[in-house]
Amino acid sequence: MKQVPDTQHVKIDPEKGTLIRKGVPAVTNPFDESALELALEIKEKLGAKITVLTMGIPDSECMLRDALALGADCGILLTDAGFAGADTLATSYALSRAIETIGNFELLIFGKQAIDGDTAQVGPEVAGHLDIPVITFVMGAQEVTENSIVVERMLDNGKEIVRSGYPVLITVVKAERRLRMPTLDGLLTSFDLRVQKLGVSDIGADIQRCGLKGSPTRVKKIFTPKQRSRVMLIRGSIEEKAKGFVDILHGEGILS
Amino acid sequence: MKEESLWVLVEKRNDAIHPVTLELLTKARDLNKSLQGTLVAVMIGKATERDSSFLGLYGAEEVLEIQSQEGTIQCPEVMAEILCMAASEEHPSIILAGATAFGRTLMPLIAVQLNTGLTADCTELKIDSDRKILLQTRPAFGGNILAVIECSSSSPQMATVRPHVFKMMKASRPVRAVRRSSRYNPVVKRVTEVLERVIQDVQVDITQADIIVSGGRGLGKAEGFDLLKQLSDTLGGMTGASRGAVDLGWISPVHQVGQTGHTVNPRLYIACGISGAVQHIAGMKGSEVIVAINEDPEAPIFEIADYGLIGDLYDIVPAILKEIAVSEEH
Repeated sequence: MKQVPDTQHVKIDPEKGTLIRKGVPAVTNPFDESALELALEIKEKLGAKITVLTMGIPDSECMLRDALALGADCGILLTDAGFAGADTLATSYALSRAIETIGNFELLIFGKQAIDGDTAQVGPEVAGHLDIPVITFVMGAQEVTENSIVVERMLDNGKEIVRSGYPVLITVVKAERRLRMPTLDGLLTSFDLRVQKLGVSDIGADIQRCGLKGSPTRVKKIFTPKQRSRVMLIRGSIEEKAKGFVDILHGEGILS
Repeated sequence: MKEESLWVLVEKRNDAIHPVTLELLTKARDLNKSLQGTLVAVMIGKATERDSSFLGLYGAEEVLEIQSQEGTIQCPEVMAEILCMAASEEHPSIILAGATAFGRTLMPLIAVQLNTGLTADCTELKIDSDRKILLQTRPAFGGNILAVIECSSSSPQMATVRPHVFKMMKASRPVRAVRRSSRYNPVVKRVTEVLERVIQDVQVDITQADIIVSGGRGLGKAEGFDLLKQLSDTLGGMTGASRGAVDLGWISPVHQVGQTGHTVNPRLYIACGISGAVQHIAGMKGSEVIVAINEDPEAPIFEIADYGLIGDLYDIVPAILKEIAVSEEH
């Protein structure tokens, strides 16, 4: 899971062209909420132990606490200055080290992408590091048993039904159902659970492969997209609007 | 020093080469002007004679077939493995693929195995000609910013590129692509198994559309999409939708534009009854011309639209259809 700035409220410093993060609320990445909901549904059906894992600033603990209140069994927060500035390769390396340290996993569920970076690379890259199969862009699970999972996967022009044994990593697009609300019982139970914080050395990671040091890509420049000119309103009666619109289509060369 | 090579991964869909491959070859030709390397179209599986001459038309100097000794390959793990075997032998300096379901699954697996950087969903590529480094521009934070990213410390430099951003153009001088073939023996044993593949009408791939007529909650009912389809059919386009309309079950998710759906860059995007949530705008702000039709003059969609029509789309769209019919008679 990942805590992200709410992109709806992200503002840009018009002079520097950089993001103003101050005062922007942090939210749980919506795709990760779908991932958590799927995990909770599988737990209800088959019984399972859910571990929620994130890498981020200490503040991300509250996101994991929320997940525990919903029924996750164990929360792990990777937090260490050594992880800072990681690109997808370094992030996926650290996560894969953490997953191996936790051990004993069958199904890894990731959100398709985080809404801040939008890369959709961390899930498949973790599968690459762990050398396990990956199924991306999963819309939902059709069948989950103790030995295998059958999922529906979104393609650009259709869908696929894919089966895999365990362990397997899937990245989910959007669950059919939204993430549930916590219950009072769940909330009370979660008070007894603790979020475990792990650093670079706790997961046996090579510091050279973590954070900025372990990141082959570098951001050279950030800028804001060119602003569009102001909207031109087509006014008049309905017929005049329609005619104005068709004139535009001619003008833009769309209608000849 | 060995000559540089620039790889473009070929994507095939229903036995046809995906347009994004040709868009990438067109762009790669341009990049190669300052690199002076070899432009290689890399195909996983068998390339037919027709494939290679077609790829040659778009500037591929070589077509490299990468095959498995075990026959046809379906799953990304094995594709990635044999591709990495080939890359370890040939050391391409750049690998490009479309930011499609295919590319966005395969490329991360390759990047990890080759221990290199990968930039997702680029909308611009350039070469820094002094350093011969690939400069990769991509949107982030829901399209609020653009970042220029480079990967100068490790090789190859890898990027996925958003479909429909670059134009495809045949090379001014057609190249006769040299076809080469390499066979590898993958060791990956545990793989995923595709039980069924439902390919919807190819027409539904809205990322390929030049014109999109999109509807949102403001349609008020599922039948509203019938009207929008009339307009998109008339214009030779496709129908899109906002998440709101998809969530209400009015139209299938393959039509969805936005952060949780498809990112589109058509020549013309007509947003009908779409208020313009940030997540929707992130998926369509790259369109060349944006027209918004909405009852609410305060709707945020008007902030990014080039043209606006304020009013009831159930009045305006039929009037437009009528007007187009009239203009075609003349």
